[in-house]
Parts: sequence; C-alpha cells; structure tokens
Amino acid sequence: MSAAVAALQGWLDQPGVTIVLIGALVGIAASLLGAFLVLRRESMLSDAISHSILLGIVMVYLLTGTLDSPLHVVGASLAGLGTVWLTDLLVRSRRVKHDAAIGLVFPALFAAAVLLINVYARDVHLDTDAVLLGEIAFAWLDVVRVFELDVARSLATMLAITLVNLAFVLLLFKELKLATFDPGLATALGLRPVLVGYGLLGLVSVTAVGAFDAVGAILFVAFVIVPPTAAYLLTDRLERMLAYGCLIAIGSSLGGYALARAFDVSIGGAMASATGVFLLLALLLGRHGLVARAWRRRAPEAPPHVGMPAASAPQLDAKTPTSSDGGRA
Amino acid sequence: MELAALLGDFTVRTVALGAALVGVVSGVLGSFAVLRQQSLLGDALSHAALPGVCLGFLVAGSRQLAPILAGALISGALAALLVLVLTRTTRIKTDAALGVSLSLFFAVGTVLLTYLQRHQGAAQAGLDAFLFGQAAALVPSDLRVIGTVGGVSLALVALAWKELKVTTFDADFARSLGRPVLALEFGLTVLIAVAVVIGLQLVGVILMVALVIAPAAAARQWVKRLEGMVLLAGVFGAVSGVTGALLSAAVRGLATGPVIVLVASGIVLISLLLAPGRGVLWQLVQATSQRRNLRGHRVLVDLYRLAQDHRDPAYPTEQGMLDAYFGRRSAHVLRRLERRGLVERVRHMPEEGTHWVLTDVGQEQARTLLQPFGERAEGPATRREAPAVRPESEAARREGRA
Repeated sequence: MSAAVAALQGWLDQPGVTIVLIGALVGIAASLLGAFLVLRRESMLSDAISHSILLGIVMVYLLTGTLDSPLHVVGASLAGLGTVWLTDLLVRSRRVKHDAAIGLVFPALFAAAVLLINVYARDVHLDTDAVLLGEIAFAWLDVVRVFELDVARSLATMLAITLVNLAFVLLLFKELKLATFDPGLATALGLRPVLVGYGLLGLVSVTAVGAFDAVGAILFVAFVIVPPTAAYLLTDRLERMLAYGCLIAIGSSLGGYALARAFDVSIGGAMASATGVFLLLALLLGRHGLVARAWRRRAPEAPPHVGMPAASAPQLDAKTPTSSDGGRA
Repeated sequence: MELAALLGDFTVRTVALGAALVGVVSGVLGSFAVLRQQSLLGDALSHAALPGVCLGFLVAGSRQLAPILAGALISGALAALLVLVLTRTTRIKTDAALGVSLSLFFAVGTVLLTYLQRHQGAAQAGLDAFLFGQAAALVPSDLRVIGTVGGVSLALVALAWKELKVTTFDADFARSLGRPVLALEFGLTVLIAVAVVIGLQLVGVILMVALVIAPAAAARQWVKRLEGMVLLAGVFGAVSGVTGALLSAAVRGLATGPVIVLVASGIVLISLLLAPGRGVLWQLVQATSQRRNLRGHRVLVDLYRLAQDHRDPAYPTEQGMLDAYFGRRSAHVLRRLERRGLVERVRHMPEEGTHWVLTDVGQEQARTLLQPFGERAEGPATRREAPAVRPESEAARREGRA
C-alpha cells in the first residue's frame, strides 16, 4: 500500500469525512438531474418517485429476502417509472388533472409499501423511520473494499450513481437541452424527447434508491429541487446552472453536517435544511433575486444583461414545455 | 374480532367517529383543492405540518392535540405563503416552489423531531405517530378538538358557499362582481390546511394529501354539480376514514393512515372505471351498445331501400343480398331486429336461402331514421333517383374503419 493510498485511507476512516462525502455526492447526483426537472416543470415528479420507490424496494425484499441485492435498483426504477407511467395514463384518460393524478398515484403506492412492511417485514431493518430520515450517521460502519481502499458502502454506491448521472448529462447534453427547452424541435430532429424524459426520470429513481439509505426518501427531494432552484435564480445559462447546483449541494453537505454536530440532530435533515439557506441567499442576492430586482426597478435605464453573449445559448427564461405542467403555470 | 364487538369497543368507536369527521372535512375541502388544480398544495401543506407539530409539542410540553394542531396550521400557512412569494416575486414556477416549500419544511421538521427525541424525550410521547398516523392514540378530548375545528370549517364553507363557488370556477368574473377574491383564495387555502391538519393524527403527514385529493377526484366522476360533488366527496372521505380505521383496529400491526389511503384509492379506481357518464368501462359499454344500434339501423334502412327500389313494401330480400349491402354477415343483426318485431322471415324461394321483409313497425322506424336526411318519407311507391352519396353509408364506412 503506497503512502498516498494510506493517507487517503486514513482520511476516509474519519466518519465525518465519509458522511460529508456521501451527502455531497447525493446532492450532486440529485441536483444534476434536478436542474432538468425544474426547467421541465416536473419537480413534483421527484417527490412522487421518491415515495413510490419504497414499493419497489419492499417488493424486491419480499422476493429476495435481502436489502443489499442489486435487484433493488431494478425494482425501484420500475416502481419510479411505473409511477410516472400511471400518472401519465390518468392524465391521458382526461378524468383527472395532472396535479391530482400525481397526488393520487404516489400515496397509493407508498401506502401499499408501508402496509407490506407492516405485515411481512415488521422485524427487519426496513423500518419506516429510516425511510424518512435515512441513516447517514451510521453509513461509515458498513464498509466495502474498493481497489485498495475500505470505503463505506453508501459512499461507493453514491459515487457510482453520481458518475452515471454525470455521464448521462454530459453525453446527452444536447438531447436533454433541446428536449427541455423545445420538445417540438427535438421531435422534429428525431431526438426522441419522450425517451430522454423517461431516461431522466429512470435515473432519478436510481439516484433515489442510492440516496434512500443515506438521507431518506423525502429529504432526497430537497436535494433534487432546492439546489437547482437556487441556481436558477443565479444564472441564465444551463451549464452554469448545473455547476452552481453542484456547488450548492457540496456547501449544504458541509454546512448541514456542522449544524447537525452542533445541535445533535438528524444529519440528513440538517443537510436538506442547509440547501434552504442557499436558496434564501440566492433569493436575496442572485441576478434574479429580490435585491437585484429592486435595484433594476430603481435604475431602469441600466441595460440589465450587459455582457451576455448574443443569442448563443438558449436562455433559461425561454418557453419551457407546457405539456407536463397541466396548465398550472 | 367481530364487527359488532369492534363497534362496541369504546376506543374503536372514538376512532371511527374521528375518522368519519376527518374524512368529511377533507372530502369537502379537497373538492375545492382539486377543482382549483391545487391538489399538490395539499401535499406541501401536509409535509410542511411536521415542524409545526414539533413546535406545538415543544411549546405545550406534552402531547396535547390543540397546540400541536395550531403549530401545524401555522407552519402549513407559512409554507403556502412561501409558495406564493416564490411564484409571485421570482421566476420560480409553481411546481418547483411547491417542491422547495415541501422539502425544506419537512427537512426542518425532521431536524426538530430528532432534536425533540434526543433532548426532550419525545420518543415516548409518540410524535412519530404523526408521520404515518396512529388511530389508536385518539382520545375523546382529541375528538372534541377535531369536531369543533372541522365543524367550524364546514360552517364557513356553507356560509361563503356562493362566493367560493364563483371564485373556484371563474375568478375573473368574481373579481368583476367585486368579490374579495384574494381573501377568498387565502381563506380557502387556510381551510384546506385545516382539513390537512385535523387528519394528521389519523393519517400522518406523509399520506394526508391522499385523503384530500382522492375522495374529491372520485366524487367528480359521478356528478357534475359542485353541490353534489362536495356532498359525495364528504361521504367518500367518511367511508374511507371509517373503513380504514376499523380495518387497522381489527388487524394488529397495520398503520391506520396507509389503510385509509388504500381504501380511498380503491374508491377512486372504482369511480374511474364505473361511474355513469365518465367511467372508462361505462363508456366502453355505451360505445358497444351504440355500435350495435347503428348496425341494426343500417340493415333496417337497407331493407327499406331495397323494398323501395322494387316498389313493393313487402319485397322479400335475400339474406345474401343484405350481407353484400351490409359489408359483412348480417344474420345476427337480423335476428336481433326480428326479436324486436321489426323484420320477419318469409318463405320465398326456399332453395335461395332465408328471405326477410320489413314489418309495418319496421317500415315506420326506417322512415323515421331516414327523415333527417331529407329523403322521401312516403311509402315506397315510386322508384327514386339513384342518390350519389347516401349519408348513412358514409357513417357505415366510418364505422367499418373504426
């Protein structure tokens, strides 16, 4: 074992480092995808997915009897995509509106999952509190060997998921961008925006499974929605929005951990709350924040977007797809 | 446990009554949320209640329902306010604003919950029950709180009925009438928050949204008028609540909230499939019977025209000829018409197969059918000119394709 590896191992053996790294990776993986959800006005689908993946996890547990099987990723992704599909089906039947459809599907699946746990899995580790709060505090206890390092299992999982999400966003950047801002043109160019959308939501499900152990189902939603929303107030460029979202996620992980240590509270909850602090800052200080607006109102003669490249990239203000928001805008 | 014994049990009766109250209130107010397309606001409100629950507990120092409900109501209202501020003052859209509000309030709630559990001994006080609901923890004094708050909300809805109705369906019109639309919308949001909050103990913060949306969405399938929808949603809510509470009391280890939600979801599924007029299966049955009627009409008209062309009202038409006109086998259609007394078989050239003639009733009906197309309604006395296009053959071709 070389000295560098030993140093790295020594660093990783500190629980705090592992916890902060896991939090940061959950945040990065979630906000990379969340940026597109926010722009596509599908944020609430992440809420629905994060609830209903529990059904997938419970079903796989009942079939295999283990909570560590890689099948959980498959089961949870199916449950997540199933939620989206069922919601779509309800909307297309035109019996209920989009918002009500979301609110009908995921509680039913989540309720079924909780009851299955109640009935069949009452004595196992899969208790409902863990579902909501996560157990990031104990993540460093469960260690796997990766190459020459002993790494917390959650950390290894989240690292893999983050890399997959990063690859997805980088490789399909053009497709995602066009499918988000102009699905009509994307269809005309043969880029299959619907397929891209399902890919995105499938990865949201996978990420939710990974995050599920660490921060719990609902706090995951905070990481999907809040950092990209804060970034949305800071910039007009998609690339920067993604980068800012990741930075906010890292900052929230660090700040949240410090907060949790100081007050001895839920670490996942504190990290998720910390994203709110960044949103508040962006709300006040961002280029689309309240201070900037007040400033612009005071000095209307100043051109607001000096230095923007002329029509090189689509503006985040551009018309976003309306098909999915069910006329709620 | 027997149902009678179950109902005789005092605790169970308390729980059932509480569930019925909660169901009625959330069904009635949920109707407005669903119609105003604010269903997910209910989701945000219910998740956002968690920090309020914890703060209420912290202030009261014990698990009393009234302060907890007050705290939940306040934090719910703050969450709704956050959504409003984010969507009105920034470019954040409604869905993201709801998600932000929901997840941040819930995050703060979990922080407070763990703080209380580790520092104030709330683990014993069972605040966890507010996550998924615990009907068994309902005591008669809770029932009084739920009854009073719920009753007042229902009374307010009844008092402001006309204003709420016009604001829900046409806010611009309401504004033009000089109604205080903003105040009404705010009041309605607060009332929805109230409905969410009084159900928390029974259903829990995670799933309460379902009890707001599901009864209303189900009721909408059966009725068209707001009055009916609100009443039916109240009934559906009460039925889900009581059934769920009794089931979870009878089977040990079932959390109350999920059972109630599954019952409500079942009612929605049944309504979506079977409701007269809007139900999916109902419409399927309607379409099938309409298609069958149309086939009967076509064969009837074919018979009538053939008789007309032969200037003989009692012209016996060969079944093979009708098959050719109809485009496919017409035997079953003819048998159905025969049962209704519109056509009858005649023995005419037996070696050529069955022949059919129109009865008097059948002729009358064929004339009625043709009348809207402006064809001669008189008897088949003279040969008519060959029409270029026959309207019902258009319809026939369409149907054949469909």
